[in-house]
Amino acid sequence: MRWQRGRERLIEGAIWVCGISSIAIVALIFVFLLKEGFALFRVVSVGAFLWGRHWYPISEPPQFGVLPLILGSCWVTAGAVILSVPLGIASALFISEIAKGWAKEALKTGIELLAAIPSVVLGFIGVTVLAPLIKQVFHLPTGLTALTGSITLAFMAMPTIVSITEDALTALPRGYREAALALGATRWQMMNRVLLRAAGSGIVAAVMLGIGRVIGETMAVMMVTGNAAVIPRSLLHPVRTMTATIAAEMGETVRGSDHYFALFAIGIVLFVISFAINVVADLFLHRERT
Amino acid sequence: MTKMAVQDWSVWYGAIHALKSVTLEIAPREILGVIGPANSGKTSLLRSLNRMNETNPAFRYTGTITLDGRDLYRDLESQQVRRRVGIVFALPLPLPISIYDNVIYGPRLRGERSRGRLDGLVERSLDAASLWDEVKDRLHQSAMKLSGGQQQRLCIARTLAMEPEVILFDEPCSGLDPISTAKVEETMVQLKTRYTLVLVTNNTKQAARVSDRVAFFLMGELIELGRTDLIFTAPHDHRTNDYITGRFG
Amino acid sequence: MPAEPWRRALGVQRAAFALLFLATSVVALAAVAVIGFVIVRGCGALSWAFLTTMPSNGMRAGGIFPAIVGTLELVGLTVVFALPMGVAAAIYLTEYAADNWLTRLVRLAIVNLSGVPSVVYGLFGLGLFVAFCRFGTSLLSGSLTLAIMILPVIITASEEALRSVPKSFREVSLSLGASRWQTIRHSVLPFAIPGIMTGTILGISRAAGETAPILFTVAAFYLPRLPHSIFDQAMALPYHLYVISTQIPNIPTAQRYGTALVLLLLVLSLNVLAVVLRAHFRQKRQW
Repeated sequence: MRWQRGRERLIEGAIWVCGISSIAIVALIFVFLLKEGFALFRVVSVGAFLWGRHWYPISEPPQFGVLPLILGSCWVTAGAVILSVPLGIASALFISEIAKGWAKEALKTGIELLAAIPSVVLGFIGVTVLAPLIKQVFHLPTGLTALTGSITLAFMAMPTIVSITEDALTALPRGYREAALALGATRWQMMNRVLLRAAGSGIVAAVMLGIGRVIGETMAVMMVTGNAAVIPRSLLHPVRTMTATIAAEMGETVRGSDHYFALFAIGIVLFVISFAINVVADLFLHRERT
Repeated sequence: MTKMAVQDWSVWYGAIHALKSVTLEIAPREILGVIGPANSGKTSLLRSLNRMNETNPAFRYTGTITLDGRDLYRDLESQQVRRRVGIVFALPLPLPISIYDNVIYGPRLRGERSRGRLDGLVERSLDAASLWDEVKDRLHQSAMKLSGGQQQRLCIARTLAMEPEVILFDEPCSGLDPISTAKVEETMVQLKTRYTLVLVTNNTKQAARVSDRVAFFLMGELIELGRTDLIFTAPHDHRTNDYITGRFG
Repeated sequence: MPAEPWRRALGVQRAAFALLFLATSVVALAAVAVIGFVIVRGCGALSWAFLTTMPSNGMRAGGIFPAIVGTLELVGLTVVFALPMGVAAAIYLTEYAADNWLTRLVRLAIVNLSGVPSVVYGLFGLGLFVAFCRFGTSLLSGSLTLAIMILPVIITASEEALRSVPKSFREVSLSLGASRWQTIRHSVLPFAIPGIMTGTILGISRAAGETAPILFTVAAFYLPRLPHSIFDQAMALPYHLYVISTQIPNIPTAQRYGTALVLLLLVLSLNVLAVVLRAHFRQKRQW
């Protein structure tokens, strides 16, 4: 009995360690990013890094201004959001309030499958199908543009937006719907004026998580946006996002060089942005539930 | 000779004062009935007797409970206590495993491995719970396929397999039909020859049928305790009388 | 109620519902189109040879066998690391954690881990496993990185599975003299396994499809032979697809689509398996 108790205490200790490990991991990620990223700021000031308009890491002398990359991420994300939010919320409304029976189940499964498609496959289709299409339609020299990136990323954000919005709508008590209908509203008026408002914080959370997904996306955007690290002037030109920069350039960087540190510094920016988005989205999700 | 003694026992769940300074003794091989309206503390008392109260994180206590003279909370380990003081819950709660596995759940965790001893234990326990004849040919079927009454008797068998000294019954027939209720009551009377039983029940007539002594609780206090026939014919306290005659409940 | 405004409202509703239907169709059709394109243009390249031979002629011919093997080994190792840790963390959250600031911090950390961009995981893996721990670019580094990435998926699914086991099971077990760990091990965990399994399959599907975390931690474009140990580099399907669709000219289209198809089939069939299993166990449940 005694050694059994000792063995159990060991197991419970291991469980406790695993339990709080997530905190340790987040801290570790932050520490390692900082360790390598901050080394850059010995050579370049934080200001020159964040607001610098030129990203020429391999020129002599190298310039590490990430503004074009941040703006590139913002433009592509904004485009994706403009496309995916209306489509996503509309689909969620349709699936949750109008679709019935097997159609509803089929649509929900379809959304789940769309969410499961690896980003590299979506990027692949973007490069082989979408980019030539955009090139043709807009008579451009190349189809690898911010717009192509936005469209591709919109498909990645939509499942997130749809499923979280749909959860928020389904969680609303039936009484809301019945009360509205009993007062003489049409179903559309009920959905538009009552449900969307009531599920408001859930929808905000859904959109934020969608944005988070898009900003953090690497492969698809790297394959279709053309990788020109310049300040974006229009959606129909190539751009470069922060994520694509890290992925594309890390392979050719010498470990311990300033370029290497600069890429980690971009990682810090990304980590902070996604941290902020997730915390806020989580707040909205919990406000919704209480 | 006392089997269990409760001395000045008070229980709180957070701010709720569930039991107020209860003192009573439980004699070996008797059936002690515990009656009273809802929220009178009956279940709190029962769960105190095998430390099941500790599953509630807000549980606090003062006083002592002893088993064969040893302090339940300070001298013994909760696992030890629960092996010697078993409990049967209000709703039949079989685990979704086979009948056989349900019965040997406790003994197997205690380390019993011998197939022969386990088989014998299963037969004896199911027999003592009056269930052996009905299930002996399907011991490896899922326990969820049994009827409500059979499941409750399975739960009794499961507790018996631990070979406890005291068995607590928490309104064991509340979910059962009259025939199953009669079978469970019959089982309880048979068990009395070898175990000490404490029965909490909402059904005063059941207490009158089955128990040797009866304790009446009201709002967390022990109002009266005495032999069943005396309590039901000539109770000392008017509140006991009111409850038994149905003036409130 | 007067007829005019009502009829107008109905007209608005009809238009609105049509738009909603249109929107949903766009989303649904997009999903179908993507999958359809890959299937239609890729199935021509699928053959036994394609799946089981090594690549040749600078990736322009031959098969993708090492990429498939690499992905399978990588994912297998990932599960070995992520599953025990994730289930243990879930057990902690459901059975042991008190309702205090530490638990809230743990949950916040998990929420954040699930939102970290995949390329940041790649950087982390590079900094910690490849460089600091000196594992180098290897299956070990890659799978450890992927394991951390899918940890939130497994924790969340396992937690849900553990919570779905009725509290009464725990009560019964404790009342029969079991310790807290024995109760978890014998009366909770066995009944949570279906949910844990579906969550793990979804995690595997995610790990199999990710490219960014393995870019700097394990992936090699071309290896002449299969990895011998966990300290070797490996090829992987997602990375392979990325390279042949953006870096190497003159690869036959069918080859590219074929690779995409293999990856897509792998990931989607895992997802479908998880969905099917979830439905199956929900139906078979006895409580």
